[in-house]
This record gives sequence, C-alpha cells and structure tokens, in this order.
Amino acid sequence: MNTIHKSRRNFLKTAGAAAIGSTLPISLIELAFADTAENFTFAYISDAHIQHIEGTRFVRNWDRGLIRAVAETNLLVPKPDFVFFGGDLAQLGTKAELDHGAEIMSALRYKVHYVMGEHDYYLDLGDYWEQLFGAQYYSFNHKGVHFVVLNSIRTYDDWTFNRWPSNEQRMLEMAGLDNPNGSPFMVGEEQRNWLKSDLSKVAKTTPIVVLSHSPLQKIFKGWNFWTEDAEQIQALLKPFDKVSVIYGHVHQIQYNQIGNISFNSVMATAWPWPYPQSYAQAEQYLPKLTVPINRADPFFERDATGWQFINMNNGNIDLHYTLYNNTARSVIYNNKTKQPEDSAYQSEDARIPPQTHF
Amino acid sequence: MRNSLVLTLGIAVLFGCEQSVETPKTDPLEPSASPPPQTQAAPPSRYSEEDKLIGLPPVPIPENNPQTPAKIALGDKLFHDKRFSIDGTVSCANCHDDGKAFTDNLPDSVGHSGKTGTRNAPTVLNAAFYHSQFWDGREPDLESQAKQPFINPVEHGLPNHDPILDIVRSDPDYQQSFQEVFEVTGDALTIDHVVQAIASFERTLVTGNSPFDRFYFKGETDAMTDAQIRGFNLFIGQGRCVSCHVIEQDNATFTDSRFHNIGIGIDSIESDIPTLTQAFLEAKNQDKDVDIMVLTDPKSSELGRFAVTDELNKIGAFKTPTLRNVELTAPYMHDGSLKTLREVIVHYNNGGVAEASARVNDFLSGGIRPLNLTGTQIDDLVEFMKALTSPKKPAETESAQAVN
Repeated sequence: MNTIHKSRRNFLKTAGAAAIGSTLPISLIELAFADTAENFTFAYISDAHIQHIEGTRFVRNWDRGLIRAVAETNLLVPKPDFVFFGGDLAQLGTKAELDHGAEIMSALRYKVHYVMGEHDYYLDLGDYWEQLFGAQYYSFNHKGVHFVVLNSIRTYDDWTFNRWPSNEQRMLEMAGLDNPNGSPFMVGEEQRNWLKSDLSKVAKTTPIVVLSHSPLQKIFKGWNFWTEDAEQIQALLKPFDKVSVIYGHVHQIQYNQIGNISFNSVMATAWPWPYPQSYAQAEQYLPKLTVPINRADPFFERDATGWQFINMNNGNIDLHYTLYNNTARSVIYNNKTKQPEDSAYQSEDARIPPQTHF
Repeated sequence: MRNSLVLTLGIAVLFGCEQSVETPKTDPLEPSASPPPQTQAAPPSRYSEEDKLIGLPPVPIPENNPQTPAKIALGDKLFHDKRFSIDGTVSCANCHDDGKAFTDNLPDSVGHSGKTGTRNAPTVLNAAFYHSQFWDGREPDLESQAKQPFINPVEHGLPNHDPILDIVRSDPDYQQSFQEVFEVTGDALTIDHVVQAIASFERTLVTGNSPFDRFYFKGETDAMTDAQIRGFNLFIGQGRCVSCHVIEQDNATFTDSRFHNIGIGIDSIESDIPTLTQAFLEAKNQDKDVDIMVLTDPKSSELGRFAVTDELNKIGAFKTPTLRNVELTAPYMHDGSLKTLREVIVHYNNGGVAEASARVNDFLSGGIRPLNLTGTQIDDLVEFMKALTSPKKPAETESAQAVN
C-alpha cells in the first residue's frame, strides 16, 4: 500500500512537469525568456526508418509514426526555432525511401537540420541524401550556441570500399544487429580534423551542442550503440565549459555525464529497442545515470516511440519527451549536481512502477 | 434467439414510459412496473439475481460511498427529477432514458429549450466500470460526473447547484430520505450527498449475462449463433477489436478505459487544429471552464482528450466505450455520426476513415489500420455485437428459448 500511495503522490507532484512534456504553459515561457534573451527551444525528431515495400507502397506503421510527430511538432507552443532530424530517415537508403521521408518532413513549418544515419548512408555513401539535405557534417551558430553536426556512422575504409560485392549488400550488412560481418561506427580522421579546426574559432565559454546519430560514447558494441573514436571526440570537446551531445540510433531514453559533456538520446518515431542489458550474455555499459523508460507494451504500436523538444536554458539542455501510451518524461540538466537527471525519477525509490498489464 | 431479443426490447421500450421513480430497481433493463425486489417472490427463471452479473467484474464501490437500498432508491428518484433544470423539463433520464438502454438514441443529446450539445449520450449501463467518466475522461468517477450536466448551459442549464439544494432541503420527501440515508438536513445537505446517491443508483445499472457471457464464461456452446461465433473469432483475431474492447479471462468490460484517436470527428477540424490548440491552451491558462467549452463549442469538442491533459498526442482521442448492449445504443461514436454497427465496422475496416480512399488524420492512434475484412466477415462481426445484449426479463427470455 505504501508504495502505491507514494507513487501516486509523486505522480501528482510531477503532473506539472508532465504537461510541459507537450507544451510549455505560456506563463512559464514568459518567465524563462524574461531571464535572458538567449533562451530558445528546438524540436528533435529521429529514426523514422521509412521502408519501401514496392511501387507506391511503404510500411504504414513507420509512415504514421513520422506523420504524427511532424503534425504534433507543428503545434508546439511556443514555436521552436528549428527542428533537427536525427538520422535513419530511410530503412535501406533508397531514393524512394529518402524521397518519401522528405515529403512527410516537408509538412514541418520550421527550418530543419538533418543528421546522417547508417540506414541513410551505406547504399550510396550519402550521395542522394546530400542532394536532398546538404552537407554530411557542418556547424552553425544560433543565439550564442555553437551547433556541430557530425556524420558519426562511418567506419573503416577497408570495410566500406573493399569488402562487399554490391552496395545493396553493404547496406544490408550494416543494417543488421549482432552481425559478425558488421563494423563499428566512427567519426573518422577527416571529420576529427575538421572539428578541431571548427572548434578552434569558438570561445571556450560558448555552449556547444553536438548532434550525431550514434552515441559518441561506448555503450553496446553489438548494436553499434557505440562510436569507435568516441574518446578522441570527447577530448576535442573537453576544453569547453558547457557541452551537450544529442544522439539518435538507440530508440530509447539514455543520458549520461562524462566530465563536462552531457549526453542525451532521442526517441525513434518507428519502434523502440530493448535496453542493452536485456541481452544478458553480452558486455554493455548503459550509463548508471540512466533510468530506463518503461518497457513498451507490444500491444500498442506507438508505445515507447515518440519525439522531443529541447529547451536551451542558459546553454544547458532540458529534454522533454512526448511518449505515446507511456508516461511523458523530461530529462533536465541539474545545475547543482552538474548532470542530466530525469525530472521525476532520479532515485531508485522514486521510480515509476511498471504499467498494469492483464 | 435473435427474434426473442428484439421482442423483449420492444416490451422494454413500451414499459419504459411508465417509469416509476420510487422503486429501486435490481435489473436495469427490466421495466420497473414490477414490485420492489424485497417483496417479490423469486421469478420462475433459469437465471438468478447473480446470473445478471455473469461476465462482469465486481462493481467498484468507493469506500466513502457504500451501497444501501435506501440510498439507491434516493438516487433513482433524483435521477428522474426534472425539477433540477432551468425550465423544469430536464432530468438525467432525458438523455439516459430507462426505456432506451439509458441513452437517447440521438446523435447529439438535447438539453433544455431544445438546445443540443456536441456529444452522443453514452449509456449509463455498466458505466460503473469505467476508470474515468465522460468521453474525454475529464471526471474520475460517477459522483463527480453527476455534478456537471446540471450546470452545463446546454444541458440542465442551471447557473450553479443552489436550485437543486433548495429543492432537496425543502421537499418533505427528500428531507426524510436524506435524513435517513446521510443523516443530514438543511445546510449540511450538500451537492456531494446528491451526487453520491445518484452514483449509488448508477452502480446498480450493471448488466452481464448476454449470449456472449453464457457462451464464453459458462461454456453454453449454443448460446451464440454460428455467425456470432465466427464474428467473435474475428473480434479477437483479424478485426483486432479486443485490443481496446477488452475481454479478460473471467470477465469482460469491453473497454480499456483509455483514449484513442480513431478518425472520428477530427477531419472536420483538421485545418483549424493549430489555431484551436493554441487558443485552447491560452484559455486554460486563464482558468476558463473546460466542461462548458467542450460541450458548447463544436470545434473545441473534437479536440477530445487533449482538452483535458494538454498532451499533443491526445488530440482527437476519446475514451473506448463498452460494447455491452451496443445493439440498443445507436447511433455510435462520440458524436453519434455513425448510424449502424455496420458503418462502425466499415470505418475500422478502412483504417479510420469512412471511405477507403480518404486521407486518414495525422493524429491517428497506432493500431488503427486497414483490416481487410470481407463483406461476410463484417456481417459476422455485426452479428457478434448483437450477442452482447443483456436479457431484459429473465422469465421471458426463458420462455422464448423454450420455443426455440
């Protein structure tokens, strides 16, 4: 009985935070903006995995997930300054899939910045994607924040160029999980050199936000929740006061703090992945900080998928998840503990009880 | 079998007009022309009083509002009292008519002075099992639900609850009843006592023992027709109905008490959604009454559960209604826009649109998708819906079966 009462109290206490998960109350916004003109929000949609069947037919479930996220993002109050798409717009990197995905994304009434995912890349190494969305890695400044986009899903040249008889097979091999023929993701020397030079022009006090598809930290190799040269990237980011990394690919909530760098993952609109520890025989390093999302009820197609909007509060990231058929969550940077924390479920005894199943 | 159900329904409608307000009922589908149960001899029936509950979970009774016969009788009387309205014409039973399976068979309900609301009156039958009340679940229980229609401008139309309290505090019969049931008089008698009594009455309006219940929970293999059995298999299979209209191992409420956008009503406002959602959030920030907004402004009404929770992923989502007695509660959906059960199933078969070629709304819930049912399969599902009707009068059902 005690636990029931306690969880109910917690729910009531955090009901306000849950409401923020979809729209910020207008009064709160005014307060936040009165504080500093530098505050702004942006939205993040990721991992749509648009999948071509044949002719004009695409997998309906993945279509619906992206359509819904786009429609809901358009209703955000206040309007976000821009939207990021976090990679894996397509499932097998074809023109049909990228075109269909771009068409759905075109309903967004905001500027969109794109990040490359492995499902977009390994058929033609990003050729058609570049025609649609622009450069594979780039940076820009917005209201005092320096944004860096990396293509973090490249791998060893030998694997990419010399190993496979066809581009289609290369794509399929990289799309597989626990695949002995796969290869670890990496940013690579070319982009590391570019990043070093890009960051050399930025003041150390400028907040940095890095967008990548894979985590830029090492969590679980079998599913490429992994970036092989993560330590080298982290070293380049180390001199800056406030650094946030936002990544897709994992289709689940993860967050972590390594030194000065905060890490946040974003949800997929397509489907949820199980957490790495569910494969008990494989090594995994899910950050201890992370409180996993409630397991998905397979009954509901959209459960444990979603999208998010991000509040840049004085250079740190507050991430609000819209989750279908699940409890909305917010992972917010805590200025006292200097790490991202779930606004409701930081401690073991304050966590969400499992959903009631029958 | 089907003929006998239609026959008993006809009788129920006929007798429903002669509703006596003093009699506590034990069978909500049985016209109350019969004497109260405590003086009645056991009916010559194969079904006992307990049989009425076959297929139902235990009725949830709040700790602070236990059931008593006197309280139920008082609630029955309050439920049917037309004085609790601005012009003395509207009781709860206007829209939740005993003779019409506790709904009104209208698309949108009619309040005082012929005013119409924006939503279809849900049946009170088995409403006790919902986890929240109203189509958008904005009230948690029957007690709090019962407070709202009195003061809605297009329903009972009262400015506040005071006119009700004036009546129940001064009417000698009510004075005596409230004294007996709650031990209160005068100012101590509040609207909370009134709605507790109404809710207690409503908790007696539970009906199981349908052909489906006897087939599924009692193993009576001849309780459903062949078409109904085929329809049942579609219901839990290809039709995917059971995903939301839940059947448990030992009972069935036919609802998950959750909220889903199934593509009803939303099309008419889709281009207005950006302005509506923003206006709605601003109105809520200024503490405007949601109940009045959703029942007086047709467009706001279609926002559904969003209007309650502010969550963008609840736009156009409404509570899953029970399917018990669904044959009796046409028209269907939160706006009464579908006239027949067949239209309902065709809508689902098309994946959430009336015409298969139409564009589905952006906010459609996951799980709503084309079902590829044939015309015959749709017919079978309609037949199965008719197996969810509870019997009216046990004795007559028995004699009808004897003829079969």
